[in-house]
Amino acid sequence: MTSPLLDVRDLSVDFHLPGRPPGHAVSRVGFTLQPGEAMGLVGESGCGKTTLSLALLRLLPPQGRIVSGSVKFNGRELLALSEPEMANVRWKDISMIFQGAMNALNPVASIGAQISEAVRRHYSFMTPVEARTRTAELLDMVGIGAARAGQYPHQYSGGMRQRAMIAMALACSPQIVIADEPTTALDVMIQAQILDLLDRLRRELGLAVIFVTHDLGVVAELCDKVLVMYAGVTAEYAGVDEIYNQPRHPYTQELLKAFPDLSRPRAALNSIPGYPPRIDALPPGCRFAPRCPAVFDRCHIDQPALHALTPEHLAACHLVESES
Amino acid sequence: MKSLRFLAARLGWAFLTILFVVTLNFFIFRVLPGDPARAGLRDPRLTREAVEAIRVRFGLDKPVINCVQALNPFEAGDCLVNPLDTQFFIYFGNLLRGELGISYHTNRPVADHLGQMLWNTVLLIGAGQVLAILLGVALGVLAAWKSRTRIDVGALLFSLLAWSLPTFWLGIILLFWGSSRFGLPIGGKLTPGLPFVSQAAMLKDLGRHLLLPTLTYTIVFLGEYMLIMRSTLLDILSEDFILTAKAKGLRTFQILKDHALRNAMLPMVTLIALNLGFTVAGAIQIETVFSWPGLGGAVFNAVGQRDYPMLQGAFLLLAVSVILANLAADLLYSLLDPRVRVD
Ligand SMILES: Nc1ncnc2c1ncn2[C@@H]1O[C@H](COP(=O)(O)OP(=O)(O)OP(=O)(O)O)[C@@H](O)[C@H]1O
Ligand code: SF4
Ligand SMILES: [Mg+2]
Repeated sequence: MTSPLLDVRDLSVDFHLPGRPPGHAVSRVGFTLQPGEAMGLVGESGCGKTTLSLALLRLLPPQGRIVSGSVKFNGRELLALSEPEMANVRWKDISMIFQGAMNALNPVASIGAQISEAVRRHYSFMTPVEARTRTAELLDMVGIGAARAGQYPHQYSGGMRQRAMIAMALACSPQIVIADEPTTALDVMIQAQILDLLDRLRRELGLAVIFVTHDLGVVAELCDKVLVMYAGVTAEYAGVDEIYNQPRHPYTQELLKAFPDLSRPRAALNSIPGYPPRIDALPPGCRFAPRCPAVFDRCHIDQPALHALTPEHLAACHLVESES
Repeated sequence: MKSLRFLAARLGWAFLTILFVVTLNFFIFRVLPGDPARAGLRDPRLTREAVEAIRVRFGLDKPVINCVQALNPFEAGDCLVNPLDTQFFIYFGNLLRGELGISYHTNRPVADHLGQMLWNTVLLIGAGQVLAILLGVALGVLAAWKSRTRIDVGALLFSLLAWSLPTFWLGIILLFWGSSRFGLPIGGKLTPGLPFVSQAAMLKDLGRHLLLPTLTYTIVFLGEYMLIMRSTLLDILSEDFILTAKAKGLRTFQILKDHALRNAMLPMVTLIALNLGFTVAGAIQIETVFSWPGLGGAVFNAVGQRDYPMLQGAFLLLAVSVILANLAADLLYSLLDPRVRVD
């Protein structure tokens, strides 16, 4: 096997808030990404998807700290880089499409300026004219048309802003794009268009993509493999077929049950009764135990380890462990 | 095209506001009791003829407007005089020619007085505001960028202190300290009676006189600018588009300059424009403490002397400058914020 493009191991992130115990937002999560591969990152709200994504780029807010783990891009340890070295990796190698494009764009700078700024930052050899040409090319690529480069975010519709955000993410031809819920707050038609666009560009450009989403339907259509997170830990990690046809973790099974028709987009996920635990008051055993339909005694005491059913199918549940 | 219409609309509003202020300014001083012949010159030795002569000299014998003699309900006027021969139209006509009347106190044209004082005040306020804005913004940016460090706390304490100091008190303390410790002049604009050998010598003398009042002014206004800048910037630094800028790998300085400050300048522009209005109050105190021959001092003296034409002229000037400052802020705002431009 070739060495992976991105190799994340045992990554843990804590949030330190004054007067509160540390919150374990991400605990020992790992995955790999091959060039051109698409991975779905799913889980309920608050399970640490955005935190994990930001940690990969080392963009956590000051309260958040990476406490352990390793993030290797092309064999290079990103967590060991100095801040200026890391800044060179951002956007050039790994870029990100943020949750909510309205707020992710600067309201007082034109779309074109915001894109060419990224181009010029990483392609310092480019003249301003070349950067503008590149910007026009990018806008054409996402179907906006270079003529609108001079306009401001408030002059764009929601879908257009998300397209502009995609154009911006592709500005420096990165190898990995993290798309953090790229279609929230868009209506269903526009959502489908944006996802199609992302999928098309991914195939054309050979990008590796991490799709962060609540929507298992999206994952089934667009992804090669899936990382299911629950309360900061990996619940299950497997190819998309295994996840949909042989889900082994009770949480994955519940998610799929709450989502019977894969062609029906955006059903509510919280049809699993109860809520995820607070990250600063986690249960001592399995984090899913308070809501798990298959819970038994040991679950309340021991944390289940991530168990390999096959080398490509991992699940963290005591049931899985005792079966094999 | 659209922005031309925007410009025309703003200019139109400013013009209408000025017209309104001019009218209001006229009536305010007619409603106030007494004219110089009655109240200003309460000298019992004045003969009736002399009083009448003074009233004629200042145009107070004319009706205020048609049918109103003196805005006094007990004095009905002779209706239907020539409208061009009423105080209101004479006032308006004079204004158009740049004449603001004659000072009751010095008998010289108000416009001449005010012209000189205006420049003195503009010099003082200009120097003070520019310094306060530059230092305040710089300090605010520093505090926000280093938020929750000792630098931040220090800057915050200093600004709160500076903001809450009473202007006249700070002025007197600085005057005392500067003149006794460094031999700085205690007041005025130039040392009287000093023969200046060169332009440079005069500028140096002016600078020495300007130092303490400008310092007072700067300290008084700096605190507010710093506090507003700091809190605005802190809000903006937690916005998502700042995270985007960081994710793009931009360098700290560029993020601050192109993304944070451009957004943070919006509330600052409004604050500066509003402050130019309040500025006058500060100027009155500072100019009085330092005997600075400016508008503020003039207003202070004119009140004591019941010099209505002088007050009327000064009020008009202040009101117009506030309106113009607001107009400038509006236009600047539309340049800085694309969302304001109508399109
Ligand atoms: N800045 C922060 N300070 C403190 N806690 C935080 C912060 N950001 C996130 N958290 C906590 O970390 C946990 C994970 O949050 P995160 O935003 O990564 O979830 P998510 O899976 O992206 O959810 P969503 O689907 O709603 O976007 C949550 O419990 C959240 O409360
Ligand atoms: S370990 Fe126990 S509680 Fe956790 S998912 Fe498995 S069965 Fe449920
Ligand atoms: Mg999120």
